[in-house]
Amino acid sequence: MTGIEPIRQDAARRVAELGFPTTRDEDWRFTNVSRIARTHFSAAPSDLSAWGEGQLEQRLVPYEGSPRLVFINGCYSPELSSLKLARGIRATSLREANGAVEAHLARYAVYQDRAFVALNTANFEDGACIEIPKGTVVEEPIHLVFLASGGDVPVISHPRNLVVIGPHSQATVVESYIGHGANYFTNAVTEIVAGDHSVVDHYKLQEEDERSFHVATLQVQLGRETNFSTHSISLGGGLVRNDINAVLAEGTEATVNGLYLPSGSQHVDNHTVIDHARPHGASHELYKGILSGASAAVFNGKIVVRPGAQKTDAKQTNKNLVLSENATINTKPELQIHADDVRCTHGATIGQLDEEAIFYLQSRGIGKEQARDLLTYAFARDIIDRIKVEPLRARLGKIVLERLHANRN
Amino acid sequence: MALLEIKNLHASVAGKEILSGIDLTVNTGEVHAIMGPNGSGKSTLAQVLAGRDLYQVTDGQVLYDGKDLLNMPPEERAQEGIFIAFQYPVEIPGVSNMYFLKAALNTIRKRRGLEELDAMDFLTLVKEKLALVEMDPAFLNRPVNAGFSGGEKKRNEIFQMAVLEPRLAILDETDSGLDIDALKIVANGVNQFRTRDRAMIVVTHYQRLLNYIVPDQVHVLANGRIVKSGGKDLALELDQSGYAGLEEAVTA
Ligand SMILES: Nc1ncnc2c1ncn2[C@@H]1O[C@H](COP(=O)(O)OP(=O)(O)O)[C@@H](O)[C@H]1O
Ligand SMILES: [Mg+2]
Repeated sequence: MTGIEPIRQDAARRVAELGFPTTRDEDWRFTNVSRIARTHFSAAPSDLSAWGEGQLEQRLVPYEGSPRLVFINGCYSPELSSLKLARGIRATSLREANGAVEAHLARYAVYQDRAFVALNTANFEDGACIEIPKGTVVEEPIHLVFLASGGDVPVISHPRNLVVIGPHSQATVVESYIGHGANYFTNAVTEIVAGDHSVVDHYKLQEEDERSFHVATLQVQLGRETNFSTHSISLGGGLVRNDINAVLAEGTEATVNGLYLPSGSQHVDNHTVIDHARPHGASHELYKGILSGASAAVFNGKIVVRPGAQKTDAKQTNKNLVLSENATINTKPELQIHADDVRCTHGATIGQLDEEAIFYLQSRGIGKEQARDLLTYAFARDIIDRIKVEPLRARLGKIVLERLHANRN
Repeated sequence: MALLEIKNLHASVAGKEILSGIDLTVNTGEVHAIMGPNGSGKSTLAQVLAGRDLYQVTDGQVLYDGKDLLNMPPEERAQEGIFIAFQYPVEIPGVSNMYFLKAALNTIRKRRGLEELDAMDFLTLVKEKLALVEMDPAFLNRPVNAGFSGGEKKRNEIFQMAVLEPRLAILDETDSGLDIDALKIVANGVNQFRTRDRAMIVVTHYQRLLNYIVPDQVHVLANGRIVKSGGKDLALELDQSGYAGLEEAVTA
């Protein structure tokens, strides 16, 4: 990866200059990363010793039978990976890609003013490299699985992924973060470049350990008339920050959805930026959160409409179901509109379960607890049902139900 | 046999007394109609019997099948065989009719010591009941009451009743908002439900429904009390003379 060495050196300089953000930074007002800043992390070992017998296999079940690249604490594991893809499609680790995609690598995710992206850019060891040539339809979802584990000593890994989809091509990419153990930090960056007229579905299922830190940026560069969707599901992690930055071209359609279910003392922050750089773009954004325990969530949705990006149609919705008095949510839309012939709508709601609906279910014989579960699940279903990858949808449905039960006890 | 015995029932909402001493006994095999002007407390009575905690019972007693009803949580009342067709059924987005009703039926069946129905058996049962109220099976996949018209919501209540097979059904103005065809469909559904060991309370403020569901007794509720009871002819009488005289009789 010598071609990007100057970039990495520059990023390292920025890391030193920027330091970690504080709550005085507008973008980090509600998310305090001083626990990360205070910790001295060392590079995570690339072994599986932290995982008990059978534990790992069980977690990998949803990804069986599909092409998958598996990484252990940021390092590629050929043993756990399985790559049965048609010829011409590249799905390798970045290291194995041998500079083939250096024209794209680290060219989109801006690090100059983003400490965690700079940290990743300066330090990443490996990650996934997916390249789909022009006019190719890949039916099967490609899974990128990141296994992380922690122990006595705080460790850090920096997964770095690059997905390049050619014009008129179609692909589905799933990022899964699976963690186990305390005291580790996953600092990931994924760049997706989608060529003109391509159709790209992206999913991220984050199931880190609740004693870990997870900070990730998804940078999406979309071509003309592309149809892109991403679903970001946040289940695990103690302190979680997800940034999604999507840049749209002329006639691009982007769907950016998310679901977060913090409980206990989890903190989940979702920041999204939808950048309508060119005319006739459409974006649909729906984030839903279910908060319980003493958890906290942040949603900040920025929509930028650049001068000249006429006929932009942008819709943003954030809905929160707050199940506990001790949970807190901060939600904020941020519109920067520099064109006049556009339609931008946004709305945020924060509410509790509908008592009348609970009673109605009870009046039909359903117990109060089950009634609450049913309604909570119904709230999340809106997002779950949109997931087109069946094993992923099934896995998520199951976890959400398990969560509901755990929250009760 | 007395299935429901209401004795001197007083209930209030937000500190205001709505029911001021209701006495009513309903035997198995009987259909009772409760009529009365708007705001007289008919729905409050239905809600209290269903167990809505918004309403506080301040005095009196209700026995259902000899058991103290007011001490049971709402779900237990339903499991014991009480069903209320609500005047304003609640919309529940995200929960399909099918899923909801299967969960409800299986809880009730469990309580009755019956086996839970699997998806196939449930579907067979449900299709048969849908035909009874002339509803499209596509409706099963729609969320409970969400986006339903007023008439569809009312029919859905009767459909649920047909599936859950309660012993005591209380229909709160199920006829209002229905055109004559829908009214006949609903009445037909209700009449099929009438058996020797079930009972029903039909709340309405129009006599119209009672042409199709012929009651054994008619009661007039005004200002939170039953001010007059009689046979089915009382409904006709009220239709002609209205409630005005009765209300005055009470307040005087
Ligand atoms: N949830 C409530 N909060 C406040 N007042 C209520 C509530 N429900 C009913 N009431 C009052 O109780 C009285 C009786 O209402 P209701 O039982 O709905 O009458 P009916 O069904 O006979 O028209 C009315 O004055 C109504 O305003
Ligand atoms: Mg009423």
